[in-house]
Amino acid sequence: MNDYVVEAKSVEKTLGRGAGEVQALRGVDLALRRGELTLLMGPSGSGKTTLLLVLGCMLTPSSGSVTVCGTPTAGADKEALARIRREHVGFVFQSYHLFPTLTAAQNVQLALDIRGEHGRRAAEKSREALAMVGLEPKANSLPGGLSGGEQQRVAIARALVANPSVVLADEPTGALDGKNGQTIMRILADTAHERERAVLVVTHDPRVVPYADRIVEIEDGLIVQERPGETDRPRMPKTVPFRM
Amino acid sequence: MSLVLTLASRNLFHDRLRFVATMVGIVFSVVLVMIQMGLFLGFGRMVTTMIDHASADFWILPKGAKCFEDPSLLDVKLRDRVATMEGVSWAVPLVIGFSDWRLESGEVTPVFIVSADLRDGSLQPFNVVDGNVQALTQGANVAVDRSYFDRLGVSSVGSTAEIRGRKVRVVAITDGIRSFATTPYVFVDLKNARNYTGTPRDRASSVLVRLKDDADREKVLSAIRAEAGDAEVLTSDDFRSRSRSFWLFGTGAGAALFAGALLGVIVGTVIVAQTLYSSTKDHLSEFATLRAMGSSNAYIYGVIIYQALINAVVGFAIAAGIGFIVVQMTAKSALPIVITPWLMAALFALTVVMCVASGIGAIIRVVRIDPATVFMR
Ligand SMILES: Nc1ncnc2c1ncn2[C@@H]1O[C@H](COP(=O)(O)OP(=O)(O)OP(=O)(O)O)[C@@H](O)[C@H]1O
Ligand SMILES: [Mg+2]
Repeated sequence: MNDYVVEAKSVEKTLGRGAGEVQALRGVDLALRRGELTLLMGPSGSGKTTLLLVLGCMLTPSSGSVTVCGTPTAGADKEALARIRREHVGFVFQSYHLFPTLTAAQNVQLALDIRGEHGRRAAEKSREALAMVGLEPKANSLPGGLSGGEQQRVAIARALVANPSVVLADEPTGALDGKNGQTIMRILADTAHERERAVLVVTHDPRVVPYADRIVEIEDGLIVQERPGETDRPRMPKTVPFRM
Repeated sequence: MSLVLTLASRNLFHDRLRFVATMVGIVFSVVLVMIQMGLFLGFGRMVTTMIDHASADFWILPKGAKCFEDPSLLDVKLRDRVATMEGVSWAVPLVIGFSDWRLESGEVTPVFIVSADLRDGSLQPFNVVDGNVQALTQGANVAVDRSYFDRLGVSSVGSTAEIRGRKVRVVAITDGIRSFATTPYVFVDLKNARNYTGTPRDRASSVLVRLKDDADREKVLSAIRAEAGDAEVLTSDDFRSRSRSFWLFGTGAGAALFAGALLGVIVGTVIVAQTLYSSTKDHLSEFATLRAMGSSNAYIYGVIIYQALINAVVGFAIAAGIGFIVVQMTAKSALPIVITPWLMAALFALTVVMCVASGIGAIIRVVRIDPATVFMR
């Protein structure tokens, strides 16, 4: 087995129908490794979100293949794809997508709940995940009572609590000011480096570049450049698998 | 505990107005069904009151008689033959029929005459609250129910009136012998019953048969049947169900009650389906988020079904409270609404089924969501 958590080969994706048809991806090869934070950058409409959704098994490629943790996704139905997401993928959305009627702790716990983990142990794990993003004191607040940065930290805790192998974040700092953006990026970088996850961050924001181990540039549905980031991390991290 | 219930209840109570609308829909529907079915049960009980209160073993009836009130007659000679048969303790003729009651004020109102027989187990006034039924055997005495005092223009034992020109005197008063046809029952003795209803001496409406304790029911029944010729011989149970099915289904009264109940179910289902659907639509992005997080469809259906169940439980509780009040209010009326534990259980099951079925629309909507929409904005 290789070190890749997610691997996309020759992925093409056509969106829309008829006259509105757009070829959003035109043959993309991309692999995400444990312990590495990859930045995916490119102009608006270049296919970043589409690629992230294909890697996260929310969209199926029109052609090409995607393998998640050794499982090929070809031919999987919606329910099977949901299962792969449940077992391996954590998402962070630009606009948080927290449940407004649940507390911060419950929002995090929801990620365990859908995996069939209930009760006190689940509640404890959720608190720990909140503590990890520095939000334990706000565990009982509703999202409406939290700042944007805090909400995004709750969303990250939710994405991480079930220990996914890969974390996919679409413009996680897009709605945040500089300081909050730095906090979020710090947490995501730690997730990659200390917790040995594969992390992909889609961004427009040049301020996040210092956190990248690798930067991938996409344009018009094609990867045009791949270069090492500015961190001093080795390109190939340790191969010791990490489980919490 | 799973968060499904939490999520479901928050989704519901978050929008108070919609929750109230849902409750109004469920409560309206359940109360409507409850009243229709309670009327059905009440009516079903009422049409067999007389049969219930005569503890006869068999009823000999003119061929094709559909109910206690059936006006057809049979030959009374049959009674004499049956009375002497082996295993028969007694056989008494019963005469019933409409007559006219003239109040002291001169007003005339129709009444339903029932011949009383004071033998143990035969048909006689029951729930007597005043006076003495024994006095019915003498002269032109009658027993009436106090719920018809106004209608009959009487107020107590000793009050008088006229039936078909003959002066009658109230000697006994009962409580709660009401007729669903709203014509008051008047108990008189057999001879007077013939006079008041114009029934010839050799005729009777039916014959009540009581067996000896050690008699072989089946044997006696077939012996009487052999003797009865054209007349029909029914057990009390058979006669009860025949009366009930005649009044409830032969007349269309039962069908009307069921149609009302069905209407209630339809209205309730449509309202709940509508509110659940719109609630689900409002929370679509949350359901999409759940799906993006990798939740199974079953988990999402769980949220919707729990919403439906909470609706059902809360709605049913309110409806049951209202039903209780309605039962209290109609207990003394001409047609009491009867609610049995079985009816309650069936109604609860119906409410649950109705609410869950209402969730189908919402579920169909939610299956169609594409989790990618959460990102593609
Ligand atoms: N449902 C759709 N139907 C048709 N075309 C679509 C659809 N969704 C996206 N597209 C197109 O596909 C292309 C890639 O879109 P995508 O959202 O992946 O870009 P992006 O790089 O994430 O852009 P942005 O930086 O603005 O988020 C764009 O040209 C977009 O207009
Ligand atoms: Mg995008």
